[in-house]
Amino acid sequence: MGDNVTVVDFSETPPKVNEFRRFLRVFFARGMVAFGLVVLVLMIIAAGFANWLAPYDPLQTDFSSSLSQPSSIHLLGTDNVGRDTLSRLLYGARTALIVGFVTVFSGAIIGITLGLLAGHFGGIINMFIMRAMDALMCFPMIMLALLISAVLGGGMKNVIIALSFASVPVYARVVNGLTLSIRENDYIMAERAMGSSNIRIIFGHILPNSFAPIIVLITLGLGNIILSEAGLSFLGIGISAPQAAWGSMVSNGYKYLLTNPILSFAPGLAIMLVVFAFNLVGDGLRDALDPRLRGFL
Amino acid sequence: MTTYIARRLLQMLIVLIMITLLVFFVMRLMPGDPLIIYIARSGNLENMSFDQIEQLRIQYGLDKPLMVQYFNWVTGVFRGDFGESIIYKQKVGRLLKERFPVTLNLGIPALIVSSILGILAGIIAAIWRGKWPDKVVTPLSYIGLTIPVFWLGILMIYTFGLKLHWLPISGYTSPFKDFALSMRQLVMPVICISIFGIAANARQMRSSMLEVIRQDYIRTAWSKGLSHRIVILKHALKNSVIPVITLIGFGVGIIFGGDVLVETVFAIPGIGFLATMSILSSDYIVVQSITLLISVVILISNLMVDLSYVWLDPRIRYG
Repeated sequence: MGDNVTVVDFSETPPKVNEFRRFLRVFFARGMVAFGLVVLVLMIIAAGFANWLAPYDPLQTDFSSSLSQPSSIHLLGTDNVGRDTLSRLLYGARTALIVGFVTVFSGAIIGITLGLLAGHFGGIINMFIMRAMDALMCFPMIMLALLISAVLGGGMKNVIIALSFASVPVYARVVNGLTLSIRENDYIMAERAMGSSNIRIIFGHILPNSFAPIIVLITLGLGNIILSEAGLSFLGIGISAPQAAWGSMVSNGYKYLLTNPILSFAPGLAIMLVVFAFNLVGDGLRDALDPRLRGFL
Repeated sequence: MTTYIARRLLQMLIVLIMITLLVFFVMRLMPGDPLIIYIARSGNLENMSFDQIEQLRIQYGLDKPLMVQYFNWVTGVFRGDFGESIIYKQKVGRLLKERFPVTLNLGIPALIVSSILGILAGIIAAIWRGKWPDKVVTPLSYIGLTIPVFWLGILMIYTFGLKLHWLPISGYTSPFKDFALSMRQLVMPVICISIFGIAANARQMRSSMLEVIRQDYIRTAWSKGLSHRIVILKHALKNSVIPVITLIGFGVGIIFGGDVLVETVFAIPGIGFLATMSILSSDYIVVQSITLLISVVILISNLMVDLSYVWLDPRIRYG
């Protein structure tokens, strides 16, 4: 024992940071995030209260006033069979949100489970699962969805199945990577030494530790799914008329572009705003939840 | 290095097998008997006896076990025999040979445009971080990532086609037939397909450039008195472009995905349009073949990205 032993003073604790307030500060550091949140809240209100907010029944056709221009009676005009555009836009928000949330959560649950299994057990299981994910990754999301809808047919339920399937590999890959790094930690080894079961290690330790990136992925995924659903519906393979979906509204309005451009402009703008909002909020969450940035931001 | 490439090729082979399995079985899991559907589509189910149908089943090899059918299909594909389209009444292989060049004529310019413009925009935003060029590029890149491509196409058709009459609103002409018209017709579709790639590349380029500029060796380069241009283009660009290259590889998939939509908007007879039409007319064999073709192209481009990584980043070469 020499004099060169440095004594570390553990009595001095680091300054206490209120994690929640730090989260809020970093999250709102980008001014645009607030804008994104406002758009999302408005969208959720539109979707939830569409039956009260909509001035007309979105499915009600009225051939006497088909293709009318925006006026005080029909704020955004009507489509070729006289359905009120504004009402369809509001109900379209409901369609988009239902498809978005159901798809993202089912895709995420399957993907996360596969990623956890592959990462935790390794070996041949990892090889099999991850190569299958690589194979799925080789299909552009919309192609995979096209292939599946070709088999199952259109409609909301099948669009959800197709897009969930297509969104699985992203979650599996990320969670697999996280699992591989988390399971190298000493506390996992300690758990193992204590004889904990695999289930306990996976769901008690690995999953909670990979929560932050998963939340970011889910937020960004919501925008992505809404965009893909709109694409499918635009092609006439997803959710089609009379049900109100933004993608098929754009496609329907396209035929009347010269006389009634608003028929395809309005739903397209709605898609863009919502996807934009989900991306902004997702990026804000990424900054606020990334532990590597802790202390810098 | 050789072992890395060998391992990568082996992995690719496994993925390729999985892709074929997936494409094959998704089609076979279809509810209903594919043969009956096939016959019903060609319109003579009523005047066919049970024996005739069974005979057809044997003729098409559908009486064999699934694994044998799969094997026959895969070996057929390798010989260029994808099967026959029930709508177009011709070999799918010939159909693809006709349509795929059209898609390439859109996709390759789009890939080049999205790489070059994206990297340039990213560098500009990084160098003038927080100044006006950054304040223009960054929000634009957000819009590029979120705008629905089919809607962008419609906006452009409305503005440049219907209102300003600058460009033809749709259609496709082979560049060998009428070069000027072909170019004019390609402008809007290529912009549409590349917009997402431009935005994604610009964002990645900006952030990786900002990261590299902070490094010590860049400070050394500055302090040696090297000019602005040499430091950025020679020292910083090389290292910061590596992550962008991965993204360009992913871009191939995004371009094919966007291509399906854009070809439909602009009525361009490539494989994307063909895929949509075939789904709407339940021409499953065509959809199956196109999906397989696209995924194989993407698989190969992913492999090329990985190999270029080895070449660009010596840490991987020796690791």
